[in-house]
Amino acid sequence: MVDRYLEDGIIEGRLDDEAYEQNFADAHPPLDQHEAAVAADRCYFCYDAPCVTACPTAIDIPKFIRQISTGNLDGSARTIFEQNILGGMCARVCPTETLCEQACVRETAEGKPVQIGLLQRHATDHAMQRGAQYFARAAETGKSVAVVGAGPAGLACAHRLAMKGHKVVVHDSNPKAGGLNEYGIATYKSVDQFAQHEVDYVTAIGGISIVNDSRLGAGLTIDGLLADHDAVFLGIGLGGVNALGVDGDADDAGTNAVDFIAGLRQADSFATVPVGRRVMVIGGGMTAIDVATQARLLGAQEVTIAYRRGQENMNASSAEQDQSSSKGVAIRHWMQPSAVTKTASGSLAVKMEFTAMSGGKLAGTGKFQTFEVDQLFTAIGQTLASGDEIGSIVVEKGRIQVNDELQTSNPSVWAGGDCVAAGEDLTVTAVAQGRDAAESIHAALTA
Amino acid sequence: MADLRHDFVGIKSPNPFWLASAPPTDKEYNVVRAFKAGWGGVVWKTLGLDPHIVNVGGPRYGAIWGADRRLLGLNNIELITDRPLDVNLQEIKSVKKAFPDRALITSLMVPCEEPCWEGILRQVEDTECDGVELNFGCPHGMSERGMGAAVGQVPEYIEMVTRWAKAKTRMPVIVKLTPNITDVRYPARAAKAGGADAVSLINTISSIVSVDLDQFAPQPTIDGKGTHGGYCGPAVKPIALNMVAAIARDPETADLPISGIGGVTTWRDAAEFITLGAANVQICTAAMTYGFKIIEELVEGLEQWMDSAGHANLASIQGRAVPNVTEWQYLNLNYTAKARIDQDSCIKCGRCHIACEDTSHQAITNMVDGERRFEVIDEECVGCNLCVNVCPVENCITMEQLPAGNLDKRTGKDVPSEYSNWTQHPNNPMREVAE
Repeated sequence: MVDRYLEDGIIEGRLDDEAYEQNFADAHPPLDQHEAAVAADRCYFCYDAPCVTACPTAIDIPKFIRQISTGNLDGSARTIFEQNILGGMCARVCPTETLCEQACVRETAEGKPVQIGLLQRHATDHAMQRGAQYFARAAETGKSVAVVGAGPAGLACAHRLAMKGHKVVVHDSNPKAGGLNEYGIATYKSVDQFAQHEVDYVTAIGGISIVNDSRLGAGLTIDGLLADHDAVFLGIGLGGVNALGVDGDADDAGTNAVDFIAGLRQADSFATVPVGRRVMVIGGGMTAIDVATQARLLGAQEVTIAYRRGQENMNASSAEQDQSSSKGVAIRHWMQPSAVTKTASGSLAVKMEFTAMSGGKLAGTGKFQTFEVDQLFTAIGQTLASGDEIGSIVVEKGRIQVNDELQTSNPSVWAGGDCVAAGEDLTVTAVAQGRDAAESIHAALTA
Repeated sequence: MADLRHDFVGIKSPNPFWLASAPPTDKEYNVVRAFKAGWGGVVWKTLGLDPHIVNVGGPRYGAIWGADRRLLGLNNIELITDRPLDVNLQEIKSVKKAFPDRALITSLMVPCEEPCWEGILRQVEDTECDGVELNFGCPHGMSERGMGAAVGQVPEYIEMVTRWAKAKTRMPVIVKLTPNITDVRYPARAAKAGGADAVSLINTISSIVSVDLDQFAPQPTIDGKGTHGGYCGPAVKPIALNMVAAIARDPETADLPISGIGGVTTWRDAAEFITLGAANVQICTAAMTYGFKIIEELVEGLEQWMDSAGHANLASIQGRAVPNVTEWQYLNLNYTAKARIDQDSCIKCGRCHIACEDTSHQAITNMVDGERRFEVIDEECVGCNLCVNVCPVENCITMEQLPAGNLDKRTGKDVPSEYSNWTQHPNNPMREVAE
């Protein structure tokens, strides 16, 4: 432990290099061949398997696991990629404990599901490390589609369209493709530049070009795209963040958790990322968990997540909460921020009001506690970025309205991922929507 | 405490668990370790004439595995002992002297010439071991030289050699039978006709356990080639049980003592052999897989079961299942059972449904009122037991008898109370017509 660990303020270099390396190592190391064989043996090859129903991309899980157990890793990877070309990332970031593994009958039987996520990683790693491609492009159709956003939805859409023989141009507002896979996923879930490797793997099918630093509203318009292309897919995510909206002279002092995580993901060295000694995170979702956990791993001594409702209401899965707690994050429930003020020493005084359910609604109790912190993170939800120019496309409750075909109010424009109302803010759901939108676009273009 | 002491054709041992003639009983070092661990008896690995045989220098075993690489079946191409006869005989004498309370049998395999048998029997008698086992069973290697299974497959040879052996020794003679025949009763009858004191079975089953798909060669592969071996281990138990029962039920051999061999791994396996007519059991693969220490569980488990079931000694369980082994034609065709699924223990894997759906009877639902739910459709259920066999949860699905007088929804008739078998069935052209 280095001296800076106990210093107040938001500073960098709280830990030594060895500690950083250890803290940000792969959260769930891959299975070796023997472990995979043992794990695959446990699958019962269920009929109409509940795990498949629980998977937003409906991967044929019993089939790919059976293929692993018979030594057919290429077949297994193909089974996964047929439904989910980003199966490698989903194997790392899916909250399997609330999806396939929760539905696994061995969870019912013994409380120990088949390790579906790790088995999926075993097969997809095998394929991607060797650069094995399982899908070839159909003959060129002469049609062209613009995809906006190179995140999970956009990449899945682009790959499926390319498979069908369409030409795809992907615009992304960031310098690197990948979207939240590159800028949003917790560091220890995607080590060794995996997001970029995956972008390369997905685009290796051909027919896909990516234009970086290209953003709707900044030179790019939907009408302009439609003039050059036969259809448009929007996978633009939620670029804006909700403001805290509290009293006090430092109500805007909170750090936006999304930006902080993006900065951490892009940092050359963990030692260059400043973090407070005492950190508070306002929120109850995956972003709150990810920022809190990573603040601890960066060397914050005290990290507290404050959530206005109870543990059972948190959007973060219990496994994510446990992971966070195991790293030393304290999770406090039933309190909401009331005011943020600066103290004489430069720290922040965060006045929290305890909450309770009253007449079926969440209400303040009039009782308060003040926390002195160096750094306050806000992780209270994201919105469609105000800078995005989506023209006349209809927005519903802050997200793009789509029909069952993922078609927007403009019949030549489809959308999917976090930016649409039907989204679940999950990588795997975004992939499913990107893929399904591509099928719908293909049907429309070849009708 | 149940009494496991055991007398097999006059050979006494503290328990009915013997190590079969096989790699673990090839030398003094191993046999002493086995006796110290608590094994009741040992059949010394088969002796032959000098010059002693040689084994391959490459792999001798192949295997098949179940879940988590549990060894289910072992295939072996090892021959009889590859040590000089004298060395083996001296060690047998030494071990018997050190462990007088244990059974020590010597397995033998020499050419089908009377002087060969006479000579080796005289030498074995000098060791003061308790008896001999004539190896007419090994299906690999030695059979190419006219020994082992090559003898065991010809009842006349079995009878001839057994008769020679009985004439040349005072020791009890056990004849070890090969399963690589069509009807085991014929070799058993031949052994008895030759004067055998007992038979032991089964030896290993001729097998190719797997093929190396890169070399296109059977495994184990020696320099690109393979040969059939002898199959043993848990996978062969059902075959062995059937053959033991066949000899126990045969009126001609019903009084011939049997040493049961074939895949015995647990005390339960041993108990099954004994209830089907074996007097004791011989074990090999389980010891090769897990070591001699398994004898503790074998002895304690058998004692525990016998105590809890009220069986005082081995005689009180031996052969108890034999009267209940019958021919298909005598099974009660009026007996009716239906599968029952315990919804509380069902984990909803759906294996019962798809097994029933694709095998033939379509008697288990997968959806009830829009919910994933597995229920037996009595109108279709023939009581076949497949769902029980494929269900991963023990006792989740059970076969329940539909008592006489109850409506069988499949046939639309009440279950009859009387026994009725195929010999009486109207569809049987050969039926016995009641006068």
